[in-house]
Amino acid sequence: MTKRTVKFSIYRYDPDKDEKPYMQDISVDLEPSDKKLLDALVRLKTSDDSLSFRRSCREGVCGSDAMNINGRNGLACLTDVDSLPQPITLRPLPGLPVIRDLIVDMTQFFKQYHSIKPFLINDDLPPERERLQSPEEREELNGLYECILCACCSTSCPSFWWNPDKFVGPAGLLNAYRFIADTRDQATGERLDNLEDPYRLFRCHTIMNCVDVCPKSLNPTKAIGKIKDLMVRRAI
Amino acid sequence: MVNRIVVGAHYGLRDWLAQRVTAVVMALYTIVFALRALTLPEMNFENWRGLFSGGFMRIATFVFLACLFYHAWVGIRDLWMDYVQSTGTRLVLHVLTILSLVGYLFWTAQILWRL
Repeated sequence: MTKRTVKFSIYRYDPDKDEKPYMQDISVDLEPSDKKLLDALVRLKTSDDSLSFRRSCREGVCGSDAMNINGRNGLACLTDVDSLPQPITLRPLPGLPVIRDLIVDMTQFFKQYHSIKPFLINDDLPPERERLQSPEEREELNGLYECILCACCSTSCPSFWWNPDKFVGPAGLLNAYRFIADTRDQATGERLDNLEDPYRLFRCHTIMNCVDVCPKSLNPTKAIGKIKDLMVRRAI
Repeated sequence: MVNRIVVGAHYGLRDWLAQRVTAVVMALYTIVFALRALTLPEMNFENWRGLFSGGFMRIATFVFLACLFYHAWVGIRDLWMDYVQSTGTRLVLHVLTILSLVGYLFWTAQILWRL
């Protein structure tokens, strides 16, 4: 089988060596087994081990290898390398500080995620076996619990770019609704109080970049709409 | 002072809801206004003036413009919140926006009740 050559233009920045970031044009010969963009990057790293990027599960579960691929956020491990126009332009996720090459500092993202208390709050004594839900109640959690926190959505959201310190962002808000929607959770009121702020929830202007880029096909905008619905129902 | 990030001003829902309600009011007024304007016997200054000097249309137009100004307040405030990072500058812009819109509202009343 003939070897495929793929051209890349990759954002490079090593704070110990480089004064400022630059785009590096580089090509790599792929093996027939290299199907995904992540395979190509791993192949590239065998020839240039200074190239830095995060990776772990290589099957869209861990969310480590989120990056900006030809101008659109996505997971390298889920993106077919042959489907991309060349040169493939790779940049780190936009809006977050760059640590090195394609690796960004996710502190702000996780700070917002933790601010919505992403855990079940229930003061009742734990039952002998488990806290049960009806199939309908469990159904409500579909499309919410699958979030892998890759940050593709939040870093494609202009509202998060402008106010990352105050706006929770689509990933955080999707997870906030995941616990608001959970019938086993007892802190619905406090969770709504926590979000009823012109910045934390209402910076969302329904731009829907989050829905467009989510590699798990989730819909943070819909979840945000449901939080607003509950707030209206509570207030009116 | 330590630069703490503070959030929790509880007016997010009120303004978000008000923006939607005012949008509905403006849409309804647009329909009423279009029907009234299109059914004028003739489009001239006297008829146009008469359209707004009737009691219903005068009040409806005032309510429409009041809704427009409230709607604009939320929208423009969102712009300042998104793009102006300095709190002092933002406060000045908020105050100027409010003063302008309140001024427009009184101007509206003056025009409508002069007809």
